Amino acid sequence: MSGKAFNASVLEALANPNISKALGSFSEAYPVSRAKAYEGVDFEALRRTIAERKGYAAAHFEELVAEFTRNAQARGTTVFRANTPEQVRDYVLRLCRTHGVQRLVKSKSMATEEIHLNAFLEQQGIVCSETDLGEWIVQLLGQRPSHMVMPAIHLTKEEVADVFSKQVDERLTSDIPRLVKVARRELRERFLQAELGITGANVAVAETGTIGIITNEGNARLVTTLPKVHVAIVGLEKLVATVDDMVPIITALPRSATGQLLTSYFSMISGPVPNTDGSAKEFHVVLMDNHRSEMAADPVFKQALQCIRCASCLNVCPVYRLVGGHVFGDVYTGGIGTILTAWFDELKKSEDIQGLCIQCQKCNEVCPGNIDIAGLILELRRRLVADEGLPVVQKAIFSVVNNRRLFHRMLRTAYLGQTPFARDGYIRHLPMFLSKLTRDRSLFTIAPEPFRDLVRDLPQPKGTEKASLFVGCLMDFGYPEMAASVVRVLNKAGIEVVFTDGQTCCGAPARISGALDVAANNAIDNIKALSDPEVRYIISACPTCTVALTKDWIEVLECQGRTEWVEAARTLAAKVVDFSTLVKQLVDAGRLTVTSGKDLGRVTYHDSCHYKRTLHAERAPRALLQGSGYELAEMKESDVCCGMGGSYFAKHPELSGPILRRKLDNIRRTGAGTVVTDCPGCVMQIRGGFDKAGDAVDVRHTVEMIEQALE
Amino acid sequence: MFRLFTTRAEAVGTEVHRVGTRAEALDLLTDRLKQEGVADGPGTWAVWAGCPFLDGLDRQELSARVPGLRFDVSRESAAGALVGISQLDWGIAETGSIAQDATSVDARLVSTLPTTHIALLPSDRLVPDLRAFLAVQGPSDANYLSVITGPSRTADIERVLTIGVHGPERLVVIVVDELGEAQ
Repeated sequence: MSGKAFNASVLEALANPNISKALGSFSEAYPVSRAKAYEGVDFEALRRTIAERKGYAAAHFEELVAEFTRNAQARGTTVFRANTPEQVRDYVLRLCRTHGVQRLVKSKSMATEEIHLNAFLEQQGIVCSETDLGEWIVQLLGQRPSHMVMPAIHLTKEEVADVFSKQVDERLTSDIPRLVKVARRELRERFLQAELGITGANVAVAETGTIGIITNEGNARLVTTLPKVHVAIVGLEKLVATVDDMVPIITALPRSATGQLLTSYFSMISGPVPNTDGSAKEFHVVLMDNHRSEMAADPVFKQALQCIRCASCLNVCPVYRLVGGHVFGDVYTGGIGTILTAWFDELKKSEDIQGLCIQCQKCNEVCPGNIDIAGLILELRRRLVADEGLPVVQKAIFSVVNNRRLFHRMLRTAYLGQTPFARDGYIRHLPMFLSKLTRDRSLFTIAPEPFRDLVRDLPQPKGTEKASLFVGCLMDFGYPEMAASVVRVLNKAGIEVVFTDGQTCCGAPARISGALDVAANNAIDNIKALSDPEVRYIISACPTCTVALTKDWIEVLECQGRTEWVEAARTLAAKVVDFSTLVKQLVDAGRLTVTSGKDLGRVTYHDSCHYKRTLHAERAPRALLQGSGYELAEMKESDVCCGMGGSYFAKHPELSGPILRRKLDNIRRTGAGTVVTDCPGCVMQIRGGFDKAGDAVDVRHTVEMIEQALE
Repeated sequence: MFRLFTTRAEAVGTEVHRVGTRAEALDLLTDRLKQEGVADGPGTWAVWAGCPFLDGLDRQELSARVPGLRFDVSRESAAGALVGISQLDWGIAETGSIAQDATSVDARLVSTLPTTHIALLPSDRLVPDLRAFLAVQGPSDANYLSVITGPSRTADIERVLTIGVHGPERLVVIVVDELGEAQ
């Protein structure tokens, strides 16, 4: 899909009320049912086990294929290893020809979707009937599934009634139980007539030659019972070594996929079984590679083979719930789908869809395969940039960011350039093609005096202890008053704050855009500026910067081969602490008292993505706020992204806007007059949103609230 | 364990009964067949797959007691049955599941095609969880293992839970103490 067609498909999906209605309500119900299903289960331990067992399997594909084949053959199963989609399709076609198959039935299988098996067989005159209700609906409409577990989630009951009415030549109403009955009746005939049944598998066990299939409708049981021939198309990533390896997977899959402890049916098939006429069923297993072993050989992407296809990464994704699955352009959708498309199809095909990821890492939090989905999408981005270079505009921007003096000079100039559009600290309207940036939010303005100038005039007591402040671009040039607050609060604990002029952008924007060379240069400039043995702490009040300092610099330098800087990066990282965590430590140590003794009113707290999911620091600011005398009213989905996502809001304003509006609604419902967060980027987005919407809600960084309480 | 099994099974819509003797089980079963509307004729009969519970029972006498009750399991008889009856091997407490070696096609037909499936289960065959089940009945000695947890269901249209798609709409489990090996 060209970039233009892709953008059009995103806009079309956003305008589709069925998608926002169905996915909106689902995304609210899902976390509740998932949490209930996992009650009493140690999810972290469970997903470590799955990652370990499936990780082992991915590292031993060839051995497991051989073992599976040996054991399955010993029991009478025919096993075929197929490397390409063509080989799978030809194998199935040959089987159909041998048995004179005219009609076949299928239970849900993403592997067959991946190789477009139905279309191929239909061309050869074989009638293929999907029997999973959702798959059948989608098949009748000539569409692709929009969700791995719920293929027809984008459709309404009225649309289903329409397509069923045509199918049975009878006007049906949108009564769901009645529609299900119609499907039962129609498909029952097809089950009974079919000469061949095709299934996928959720797991394949090498030590016994077993395939495991779970369904709720019971269609897989019929597909594997009524036709005389059964073919299972199984991706290599379904292989595990032992029977016991099935247990964690089958424990997690229904819980993560549908919030069930177990689906209605779990079948384990290990060999041919008797047919209804007494003959023995022909049982074939096709083990499909299609780039899976290449993926297993990739040191970064091999972990994607730990996926159990539960689709929980789709269910929690703030972008998926706006646009649904069809914009992903292929059979696999959502976060993991982006990665699988890049591998099973080609890297180039992920070019547009990888850009949908806002990098909030919500998917990583729920993934039962313990996959760093967001990290892998970033790696796709990096490889795309390495292959094809950055888009022209980004290239120009990063060539500036690469040079600190030029970058800072331009930011100062921007202050002058913005004056025609700015009023009391906001830019509310921009002309022409920039107008969409200000549709849902007012933009912040570049401050008249950046922190790097202002800090020279800040009176500070000489402390015995020194902390170096890494201010970050947004606080430096947009919110210098927040950085000044940091200095004053730390001064109260007897800490002197030093600021070094040589510091520059933390490199996160370049890194998130795939320009790792620029990110590495940023890291080195900063390491030079910040390495000072006199300093006990390096403070940051921006979670994105904090993550860059503690984690990303080391990775980026290693990845870019700038290893001579890694040791210095590690030394520096060990001193880094975020503002709220340090203040909490100071309070606990009795060096700072924040208790005001007053009732400071009701506030709500927004978890910034990096702050919660990378730094895991979300408890400290809450404790500080409550300890200071603020009443904390938690909002719904406090840890769902606000839509800022670094430069995401500028790249995808059409997606960032609705994500922001949802966040504003959740904040409003708490009745709090102030929303607090630890991220200046989130402040910018949410403050701009409330300004544009005309609400009087105050948006503050924790540091400002703490300073107020101290006064 | 039985209490957990019952709670979890009922939570997914399974009907659970517990009786002491085989005679009580048979009475409950025949009452239930009548209640379901089992009668002679396609679409209304009941098919019972061969199992230890049936051994020693007079099938002709049973058919006389419940007209429409048949013991000849085929795709036709099962497809035209209102009720399918079989004996399951194991109950899994944690998930409220019933499980069996379903290599025999009859076992699968009567639990898949009819509208209602009635499962007889020995009370001493309860295991705590899936891992325990796989330890007593692994796939290494059965070509088709079935674990059944409630009736057939879907939520594929607007995520509305609807019971009874391709498999049974109702699942009734009769747990029988006297069926246990100790008896």
